[in-house]
Amino acid sequence: MIKEWFKTGLPWVWLNAAAVSVCLIMIVSVLGLIAVRGASHFWPAEVIQFKYQDDDGQLKTIIGEHVDSSVTPAAMAKSAGYKMADDEDALVQYLIKTGNRDVTGADFRWIQVRNIKQQEAPAGLVVIERREWGNFYGQLTAVKENGNVIASGEEAVPIAMQKLDAALAVFKEINHIEKKEIGAVNYELERLRLKQKSLQLKNRWNAETEKTLAVETAAYNEQYKSYQSQLQALYQKIRLDSVVVKTDGGNEADISLSKIVKIYQPNGMGLFDKLVHYVNKFIEFLSDDPREANTEGGIFPAIFGTIMMVMMMSVIVTPFGVVAAVYLREYAKQGFITRLIRIAVNNLAGVPSIVYGVFGLGFFVYILGGNIDQLFFPESAPAPVFGTPGLLWASITLALLTLPVVIVSTEEGLARIPKSIREGSLALGATKMETLWLTVLPMASPAMMTGLILAVARAAGEVAPLMLVGVVKMAPTLPLDGNFPFLHLDRKFMHLGFHIYDVGFQSPNVEAARPLVYATSLLLVVVILGLNLSAILIRNHLREKYRALEG
Amino acid sequence: MTAQEVRTHAIDINSVLNNRAKHSETNEISIKVENLNLFYGDKQALHAINMEMSKKKVTAYIGPSGCGKSTLLRCINRMNDLVDNVTIDGKILLDNENIFDKSVNVAALRRRVGMVFQKPNPFPKSIFENVAYGLRIQGINDKRILEETVENALRGAALWDEMKDRLDDNALGMSGGQQQRLVIARAIAIEPEVLLLDEPASALDPISTLKIEELINELKEKYTIVIVTHNMQQAARVSDYTAFMYMGELVEMGTTSELFTNPKKKQTEDYITGRYG
Repeated sequence: MIKEWFKTGLPWVWLNAAAVSVCLIMIVSVLGLIAVRGASHFWPAEVIQFKYQDDDGQLKTIIGEHVDSSVTPAAMAKSAGYKMADDEDALVQYLIKTGNRDVTGADFRWIQVRNIKQQEAPAGLVVIERREWGNFYGQLTAVKENGNVIASGEEAVPIAMQKLDAALAVFKEINHIEKKEIGAVNYELERLRLKQKSLQLKNRWNAETEKTLAVETAAYNEQYKSYQSQLQALYQKIRLDSVVVKTDGGNEADISLSKIVKIYQPNGMGLFDKLVHYVNKFIEFLSDDPREANTEGGIFPAIFGTIMMVMMMSVIVTPFGVVAAVYLREYAKQGFITRLIRIAVNNLAGVPSIVYGVFGLGFFVYILGGNIDQLFFPESAPAPVFGTPGLLWASITLALLTLPVVIVSTEEGLARIPKSIREGSLALGATKMETLWLTVLPMASPAMMTGLILAVARAAGEVAPLMLVGVVKMAPTLPLDGNFPFLHLDRKFMHLGFHIYDVGFQSPNVEAARPLVYATSLLLVVVILGLNLSAILIRNHLREKYRALEG
Repeated sequence: MTAQEVRTHAIDINSVLNNRAKHSETNEISIKVENLNLFYGDKQALHAINMEMSKKKVTAYIGPSGCGKSTLLRCINRMNDLVDNVTIDGKILLDNENIFDKSVNVAALRRRVGMVFQKPNPFPKSIFENVAYGLRIQGINDKRILEETVENALRGAALWDEMKDRLDDNALGMSGGQQQRLVIARAIAIEPEVLLLDEPASALDPISTLKIEELINELKEKYTIVIVTHNMQQAARVSDYTAFMYMGELVEMGTTSELFTNPKKKQTEDYITGRYG
């Protein structure tokens, strides 16, 4: 009976199905975990006010968000030094995000559930997101203008919100002037400085050039001064306004409006308000620069850097891979050496990526980049231009890393094209080159896209080599901006993968950063998925167009 | 001839041959093969072939599989260049010019000697682009010229009426017979002097075969045609001259009527009477 069943082959079908199911379940759970944890980060959590009795018997108020719980068995808790009653079999603790790091020195603390005497969520509690020192939790008591109280009690919150909107508008202006306008002036000044140096190096520095350069420099300096005074005026506007917040310890703190990003009262929010808050936070996450050592704010530079680098890599790897594959398949004599090269290419795909990173740093950055600097940018010495890790070198290194996949899949695509099609083209008087260009390559394009998809998938998730050849924790400027020549290949950039590593493991405040790690992971997965999906769509379109292969 | 006759295979060879004989009057030589030997590596595939093919006539190569008839055909437009390890000695003169000469531009030669293969091999492009392909690689991109040539070529291949409203459709959506005629249209669009047909109807159904044969009949008004075929009736129906090949050698060549009615060699007779073994 069992033997019969084995003969039917059904057990193998079940085995295969089970293997597929396990894979699917694992993938779905990983993605689900990341998605849930990452997406819930932006939901406004309830702020709870605890009446807490410390071990020494004092009753205190603690305000904060409940982040995590832990249950410790009594024996373990005892050995860790907790006093445990005989009838207790476990110690339950809550991790509370209390914020106010500048007041208390830490923004997370564990509290024991057995010591909580009372817990409520008063609607009046405010959460203040600040540019520095993390969130502030407490009771908003007053709003000050130039040090004078203009509102207090009930009406303080709406007035504070109004004032904050105005302050944020001013801050936006400040940001624009600092980043765009002053950034451009600084860029031009640096350009002039380099020009002067280069003229001096070429011995063409004379009174005349000195004069023209001095005039230009003076103009820019003048501009800079005017921006500077504008900035001062703007700062003046917001610096003097502040809000007064009472902490859980009963202290009152003055927080300048210029330091505040957002004020909200999560306990008083309805579902709709929470949704709006969620969407706003999410948009901010996607479009803002990071703050506070990357643990707050957005990750736009990292998204931008990742996509930019992957695109640059695709632009580099596709032509090289295709040309190499065409040579190997169409022109090279199929002998021992060709076979050797093919084996080498296949094995290249298995080399650990950090090795590529080391190679990229040693060869591209130091040798190539160093020589480029000596030849073309002698004026900026000793500061390197291309002789330092940057976007260009990172893209080339990753292109090298993904070259084997493109070569292999292009070669397979070329091999699948029927001989009769080539002969048909040649018989019409086309040269081999024309045949390749007009018929064979278009027909092999779906295979090239397959290679590119694999390359993108690998490159977008790669972190190790990038740490050596161009990724940094915090890049002050994007590699693409409004200053000529717009695309700055020599600049360092931020990357989602590295961002995850940095925020999750290198950050001074791991607890605060953890949700951000999930959110960033989610985004990285989405970015890779997006890049892949677009490539797959293009490939399917091409397949439809050149479906001769199936026939 | 009607499709009915083809399908029943009831063909009076003699009457067909007599028909052919009327056309064979003027005899200008288009292609002359002189002492041609071909080796695949060490193996000799063609042995000292000598033959002449007349202008605007149909010459058929017949013979059992592997006798070298396709190889010989593919020498005429130097398709064998694509195969590794081939060595050729001897000459093929096209209008008194040796095509194996170093000075000969192979692409230009192939423009003069068009070829149609056993299996239809249209490109995965539109019908129009398939026919215009040969012109485009010659750098002709003028829309008016292209349209005119494509129309003429499709008319020449008896496809125009069927396809004139579908020129932008993908050629791979056509039937096998239509595809083969499209490939012929593609070949004649660049106005070659010679048309090589390598078993052009072997992958087709009887009606499509008939259409191709009718087409060959019309095409020989303008082109020198060389056709390889397995099917002796087909050779008898379409050709003016027939060459019988066996084991890489040319056994016998003559006018089709003579070869089929009065073969000089025993081998030929055995083959055409089906006693070949």
